[in-house]
Amino acid sequence: MISRPRSYVGLLVVPALSILLALLVASVIIIASSLIGPEKKINLLLPLVAYRSLLAGSFGNFKGIANTIVAATPLMLTGLAVGVGLKAGLFNIGATGQVLMGGFAASLTGVLLTGASPWIAIPAALLVGMLAGALAGFIPGFLKAFTGAHEVVTTIMLNALVQLLVSGLVNDVFRAPGFSFARTAPVGNAELTGVAGTNLHFGVIFALVCIPISYWLLWRTTVGFEIRAVGANPTAALYAGMKPRRTMMLTMSICGAFAGLAGAIEVLRLGYYPAVFGTSIGFDGITVALLGQSHPFGIMLSALLLGAMRAGAPLMQIQARVPVEIIDVIQGIILIFLAAEIVVRKIFRLRTPQEGTGELQTITRTYGEKVVG
Amino acid sequence: MSVAQSPPPRLQMRGITKRYPGVVANNHIDLDVKAGEIHALLGENGAGKTTLMNVLFGLARPDEGEILLDGQPVQIADPADAIARGIGMVHQHFMLIPVLTVAENILLGAETMANPIFLDRREARRRITELGKRFGFEIDPDARVGSLSVGWQQRVEILKALYRQARILVLDEPTAVLTPQETVEIFAVLRRLAAEGQSIIFISHKLYEVLEIADRITVIRRGEVVGTRQPSQTNEDELAELMVGREVQLAVERGTSHPAEPVLTIENLKVRSDRGQEAVRDVSFSVRAGEILGIAGVAGNGQDELIEAITGLRRSAGGTVSLTGQDITSWSVRERREHGLGYVPGDRQKYGLVLGFPISDNLVLTQYYNRPFARGIQREDAAIEKWARDRIEQFDIRTPSWAASAGNLSGGNQQKVIVAREFSRDLKALVLDQPTRGLDVGSIEFIHKQAIRKRDDGTGILLVSAELDEILELSDRIAVMYRGEIVALVDGRPTANKEEIGLLMATGGRAPAEQPPNGGTSGQTETATDMPVKGAKS
Amino acid sequence: MDFLLDIPVLGFILQFLVYLVNVIGNGHIAPIILGLAAPIALGALCGVMNERSGVVNIGIEGMMLFSAYIAFMTALFVHQAFPAEPSQLFGATPALISGVLAGVIAGVLISLLHAWLSISIRADQIISGTIINITALGLTSYLNRLIKPFDSAGTFRSFRPPAGLIELPGVGWLFEMFTAVGPIAMSTIVLVIIVQILLFRSRWGLRTRAVGEHPKAADTVGINVIGLRYRNVLIGGVFAGLAGAYLTLEATGSFQNNMTAGRGFIALAAMIFGRWTPLGAFGGALLFMGSQAIGVAIRLAPPVGDLGTFLFGIQQAYPSLYNNFFTGLPYLLTIIVLAGVVGRSNAPAADGKPYEKESSS
Repeated sequence: MISRPRSYVGLLVVPALSILLALLVASVIIIASSLIGPEKKINLLLPLVAYRSLLAGSFGNFKGIANTIVAATPLMLTGLAVGVGLKAGLFNIGATGQVLMGGFAASLTGVLLTGASPWIAIPAALLVGMLAGALAGFIPGFLKAFTGAHEVVTTIMLNALVQLLVSGLVNDVFRAPGFSFARTAPVGNAELTGVAGTNLHFGVIFALVCIPISYWLLWRTTVGFEIRAVGANPTAALYAGMKPRRTMMLTMSICGAFAGLAGAIEVLRLGYYPAVFGTSIGFDGITVALLGQSHPFGIMLSALLLGAMRAGAPLMQIQARVPVEIIDVIQGIILIFLAAEIVVRKIFRLRTPQEGTGELQTITRTYGEKVVG
Repeated sequence: MSVAQSPPPRLQMRGITKRYPGVVANNHIDLDVKAGEIHALLGENGAGKTTLMNVLFGLARPDEGEILLDGQPVQIADPADAIARGIGMVHQHFMLIPVLTVAENILLGAETMANPIFLDRREARRRITELGKRFGFEIDPDARVGSLSVGWQQRVEILKALYRQARILVLDEPTAVLTPQETVEIFAVLRRLAAEGQSIIFISHKLYEVLEIADRITVIRRGEVVGTRQPSQTNEDELAELMVGREVQLAVERGTSHPAEPVLTIENLKVRSDRGQEAVRDVSFSVRAGEILGIAGVAGNGQDELIEAITGLRRSAGGTVSLTGQDITSWSVRERREHGLGYVPGDRQKYGLVLGFPISDNLVLTQYYNRPFARGIQREDAAIEKWARDRIEQFDIRTPSWAASAGNLSGGNQQKVIVAREFSRDLKALVLDQPTRGLDVGSIEFIHKQAIRKRDDGTGILLVSAELDEILELSDRIAVMYRGEIVALVDGRPTANKEEIGLLMATGGRAPAEQPPNGGTSGQTETATDMPVKGAKS
Repeated sequence: MDFLLDIPVLGFILQFLVYLVNVIGNGHIAPIILGLAAPIALGALCGVMNERSGVVNIGIEGMMLFSAYIAFMTALFVHQAFPAEPSQLFGATPALISGVLAGVIAGVLISLLHAWLSISIRADQIISGTIINITALGLTSYLNRLIKPFDSAGTFRSFRPPAGLIELPGVGWLFEMFTAVGPIAMSTIVLVIIVQILLFRSRWGLRTRAVGEHPKAADTVGINVIGLRYRNVLIGGVFAGLAGAYLTLEATGSFQNNMTAGRGFIALAAMIFGRWTPLGAFGGALLFMGSQAIGVAIRLAPPVGDLGTFLFGIQQAYPSLYNNFFTGLPYLLTIIVLAGVVGRSNAPAADGKPYEKESSS
């Protein structure tokens, strides 16, 4: 794999085919569901109905497209949060916790600056959200660098802990009076309001900007070079004079910042932080990153795709009566095909590339090792 | 046909041919081994010896030819089949599991059972001790293999084969990892085994040893048998010529060195290994500008830790490292490099290159953050590309493009990339660790020439190599490292005496009674003659 | 002696220790601890089977979740089709028993996917495990939404040990811990001991350990590395399946989305804590989940004295944080254990490295 992929088309093939196959498998599940579901009757056309609603809901009209973009916005960021980590050989499953931290911090900032001009309040809240997320990312990075504790387990534990901590804080300390459920006070002028009568908001600009920034960071800067070198061969990086520990901590902080930004945007869109902030964007980021092959532009496309599915799902549930959770199932199947890439290649008779380890192979390699330097 | 014939040789391999894409590894090879015979297979790296033994051991299927055991043709399907037929293999890289005991390693795959579920450890212990006694070495079945010295581990490997009633023992480069003393001991074991009727196939590229131990020697070159001799009827020169096919080439012309002031000074250096033991004890020496100082020693005597302390990869526990008079003991890897220290690591794929990166990135792996390769945080791709093209041409690196993956290069070209990277700077001192391990003759010659040129430019070179021949060929001065100490510092050829140095490498220049206490180095915890003690800790 | 308990910080710690000893010995919470620890221990057994053979399994969480759902739904359907009175033995019914079997089979099937991806496809094993977690979560949430559970098949009942045994001074609580529980929890310690013995004394155990440390060496002595790894991963699926079935058929009588709540990962930490031995992992499970049980105890039977007042005060001021603290203790402990256990140098040497047999053509 050369540093600048000669053929972007080649990169797209396997993910695209994986999606296709996954939709096929999902169709089978949907057909089977029609048997088990309320109607107890096999409906062979149900998948088509479902997919058509999905398409209608996501791209059918301006409102749908707006919803797609709104849904894709945080996914681009959490996708980067996972994808940039993968470049360094780190698997950041903690995007969920970093999102929560970022969102919570942003909501508090918004409450604090509730009267200030939006031009100050919004950037400030987003910035604080990024910093909070960076902190949440730094912790597992630090643990990995200095104790060897693998980030896959520590981040999941942190997700739970952050969730417990933040919801506890909202319930006990920061609860806004006068609402029927536990939540913070309104963020006032920091809110990202919808434009043109739709849900579309300016947060999408912040997310979109991060894509080319990530590309530039990874492939045009010395920092990015270090990140990729440490991901590909941390020992060689060490011997060449780099500092793998420092790079890992920096990378996790960057990932946390992206996720924190995603959380901040979502909270500012909502207008407050609810004690029970149910969001799947952290986990979705994993799919987005893997589907996008950890490349910023791939991540952007994958985010749009997944965002479209999420945006169109409610309509699908209404029209085709297929529960929205089918999107989660489709995600899982896409990932299985991505992992079993070689099977996909065999089915479609594609050539297998000669190259050795993709970066995916490097994650497990560090499962048991202490990091030096 | 009525004449009584002598029994057929225990093993016959006839017309064995094995082809791999692009190369014929074995070309109609004939080999026969009698009972009680030590038969040596002599040849260079890549001559086809290992392939032949893989065929014998069931790891590869021959394209043509047949194998006969006691005159009967057999098909050997896989290693289990080979073992069942009495063929035992002692691999060059031991197939032992360090955390398991001797008994467990021996039992694995041929378990002695007390009942269908549980192992019969008592019976196993009994059998192992008995076998050991029979062939002249007592071993503790409950010792952890990881705590044994290399020589004893090898004996465990031999026991593995004997436990399975092997009658043909194949030993692949058995002395590659042994000290001269351990070699003497294992030869005694082999003679004892042969006396008991074992057939032994001894694979090696070391002429002297083969002449000493073998009853017959078969020389293989480029996949073909070029001759079979008895030691009494031949000598090193003939064997060398058979092995290589032409007059053995002389070593690279080293020329005289003109050493000047010291550039790399080590004073009272102490370094601890990962396990906390003293790997380098109070070492002092200097490398002068314009000379090559070679450190000879069997692997595991502290060389790795010494290099790590010099290059900045490991903190020292005492003493100083100085570069042109400046104390760099606490400097980082990068700082030392910037000050003029170069380093070619011992494992090019693990430590020297990022295989997934293009050659150009690998060429700037140590300098990517400096002008002209980067301005501030931004990389300058054009400058990197130009630099890469120039280096590829200058060092004759065979590759379709500067952007090709380093992983696609051959071993020799990969090493050239590292050499190009390190040598293309003004260096005050240079550390070379196993610079030509696993390379073909042409690459070895190239790298040796480059090193000498660098020396003549005024760099002080510290050469660490497990190949004594390489040390002798290149070094202006030679230091011998034993158990963490420099036990000798002598001039290089022509004064240096190979046997003397070999002895120093093995014994440290002391009589056995004066050996320093155990636990001296990172790997060797016992001398070659010590029996592993019951309950010995690693 | 009482004055010791009045020293500010040290006093609190001592009071807490006294309370601990008291509540475990007399508070009848020991069975609760085992009840909480059982699925962790079973999950850790799954982990041991995998990692001792050289396969990293991050997907224990997903395996447990999936098995939990399948076990629950199977029991439900069987209960609908063949309703039966709970029997004398643990309150077992055909529904519950089929549920357990179904859960085990589900665990094995998902393990088959993990084995295939990790061993044959040689995909990155952590990715493979994560994919299993994601897929299991998605699938169970989807099915849970599609088929609204309309009933419950009930749960296994705990065994009632004779009062004389429990009331024994000093060790009574120990007997109570292992006997006043349901069938799956009770079988946990038995399974732990069996696997422990087999791993270190049997031929299978020796071969498994060899394959996890140095598969090439095992291969050269004729052991079928791939086959052994497959079998062990599948057996691991049995344990994960039991853990899942426990959650829905013994601990609670229902299924909630994502009810495993990270237990699969705590199981991993328990395994690491126990140095990849079943007994050690069991100890780790008791330790981690014990902390949560203590939280329950503090709420039900608060300590007396200054400590009790102090805790009560915190609870009044910050009820949500107070509760969440105890809920979060196992997760915190997991992180501490992972960070503290110096390197994972005790992991099987070939853990996580796919084995490629050199072609013997």
